[in-house]
Amino acid sequence: MSPTDYARKQIAGRGIPVPGNDIDTDRIIPARFLKEVTFETMGEHAFEDARKQNPEHPFNSPAYKGASVLVVGQNFGCGSSREHAPQALMRWGIRAIVGGSFGEIFFGNCVMLGIPCLTVSQADLEWLQREIGKTPQTPVSVDVEKQEVRFGDRVIKAAVPDGPRKQLVAGTWDSTAVLLDAGDAIEATAKKLPYVAGF
Amino acid sequence: MARTLLDKVWEAHTVRTLPSGQTQLLIGLHLIHEVTTPQAFQMLKDAKLKVRMPERTFATLDHIIPTTDQTRPYKDPLAEEMAVHMIRNAKDYGVPLFDMATGKQGIVHVIGPELGLSQPGMTIACGDSHTSTHGAVGAIAFGIGTTQVRDVLATQCLAMAKPKLRQVRVDGALARGVYAKDVILWIINQLGVKGGVGFAYEYAGSVIERMTMEERLTVCNMSIEGGARCGYVNPDQTTIDYVRGRQYAPQGAAFDRAATWWKSVATEPGAEFDDVKRLDGAAIEPVVTWGINPGMSVGVSQRIPKPESAAEADRSTFREALAHMGFEAEQPIKGAKIDVAFVGSCTNGRLSDLRAAAEVAKKGKVAKHVRALIVPGSQQVEKAAEAEGLHEIFRAAGFEWRKAGCSMCLGMNPDVLVGREMSASSSNRNFIGRQGSPTGRTLLMSPAMVAAAAISGAVADVREILK
Repeated sequence: MSPTDYARKQIAGRGIPVPGNDIDTDRIIPARFLKEVTFETMGEHAFEDARKQNPEHPFNSPAYKGASVLVVGQNFGCGSSREHAPQALMRWGIRAIVGGSFGEIFFGNCVMLGIPCLTVSQADLEWLQREIGKTPQTPVSVDVEKQEVRFGDRVIKAAVPDGPRKQLVAGTWDSTAVLLDAGDAIEATAKKLPYVAGF
Repeated sequence: MARTLLDKVWEAHTVRTLPSGQTQLLIGLHLIHEVTTPQAFQMLKDAKLKVRMPERTFATLDHIIPTTDQTRPYKDPLAEEMAVHMIRNAKDYGVPLFDMATGKQGIVHVIGPELGLSQPGMTIACGDSHTSTHGAVGAIAFGIGTTQVRDVLATQCLAMAKPKLRQVRVDGALARGVYAKDVILWIINQLGVKGGVGFAYEYAGSVIERMTMEERLTVCNMSIEGGARCGYVNPDQTTIDYVRGRQYAPQGAAFDRAATWWKSVATEPGAEFDDVKRLDGAAIEPVVTWGINPGMSVGVSQRIPKPESAAEADRSTFREALAHMGFEAEQPIKGAKIDVAFVGSCTNGRLSDLRAAAEVAKKGKVAKHVRALIVPGSQQVEKAAEAEGLHEIFRAAGFEWRKAGCSMCLGMNPDVLVGREMSASSSNRNFIGRQGSPTGRTLLMSPAMVAAAAISGAVADVREILK
């Protein structure tokens, strides 16, 4: 694939709100579903326990079927480093996440999968969750490059830190190739370290 | 200008600055386990890449293994499949694997320091958020996701932005019955579960300086629960004495040269931090979590707070926590009935943790309605504990003495809660469903407090038992 196939400048799709703060990765995908050597089945288990305990959970609602922009609260994805969490959301159909703040490892894992996570103010995320609830068919448009989220007539100011934003927009979030480009500089850096050189 | 350990380690491991502005950071030690690597090895295979530095990569089996009958194949076919993949990938790619036969198997964050693999001044990565543990030896240690594991396997590097640095100072003197676990739970209580987002934590102050290495490992382990990307303690004589003589530590004259370098990477006096937070160690009492994240805690003599005491935006989570736990606001945490007691995990599965629990176990018998498990963090911890007779103390008191593994910390092996069981646990997360039952409940506390709860049948104040 060329870098343009990877570019994540704008993403538009129907929204799905999951309210609440500190939603951890064990909620997104409970550890017992991690016993897999591939990520293939992860989408089926997104929010599995939360959905069973709460029939009203947005991931159960036919109104949000086919949604691709997830709107969450503060500290979403805190907890474990399991990439299974963003994998589960991605395989369910999520392409971008808008929220108050994100667990750092989760955020990094999302970037590695080309899923932009944008932060917006508490007031804006509450408004967005409410409005999506009223008209779930209205598309949410996420502009990574301009750091904006559009819903209906409204344009909400959003933020993505510089580094990840550049990676997403340029399509260089698939980092292995970028890191491999350093070539022998990797070994050269290693050799200078006393513990690699053997003290 | 005076520099911090983070500055020095970051600079020494910088390969280059990437177009994104991030650093291409060399990883000096890559630890891997069966849960977060099979997909990474598959990606490597698909891209026809090799492991770049297999000699800087080490594997273990920990999350999925049973702690009773460890004969293969495991009864759970999914667990067996994960083990098979780990064993085969380690063999195919020339990565050393600490399996059961080596006598050195254990939880990845227990065996890294124990074997002397984790050393001061290193960068360390592992596909597990509790990799922050290794910061206790004066390393910069990150938990990473599976695609990043692929990157480290293929390139020995990560693309990362340098975090800001907050010094967390704990001064004063801890009271008897107050342990490293209480210190870190209290830090998280005070700074919040997202307080550390964007930061690395440097733990300092007289309480931290006086801590043993095992205590520092407990503190750094839970950095991630406070939102911090990593946490570390500056290397000092305690660090050097700890590393000396371990299997992978430098030997002879090389050790002395190493020790000189290790001391040189410590933060220099007068270095500036992006933020400094101070806590009074003398004010900390044994801490117990009452809610569904590790910041929802109180001192054991305290009552569960009211939702109104939380910030507006946090109140719904607060109410959800009370409902899940079956607690009322303003109820004392002491006396809350438990069904299960678990001592173990990468947070508190080391020899000193088992000793602390055993000291309490000597004072009574496990309450009739309580199922109590003691799970050493590694085969070496198991052996050392047995050499001291700790297993006899536990058995005599009615605790089960298990084999090394992650066990009941995360519900990926046969050790799980059943239904709404309430667990007193020395692990690190009280998230809903964490211990394997979607409706199970977790109270985090120190190993001594877990033992106290086990013999009392309810949350108890270990200070009263140790009197």
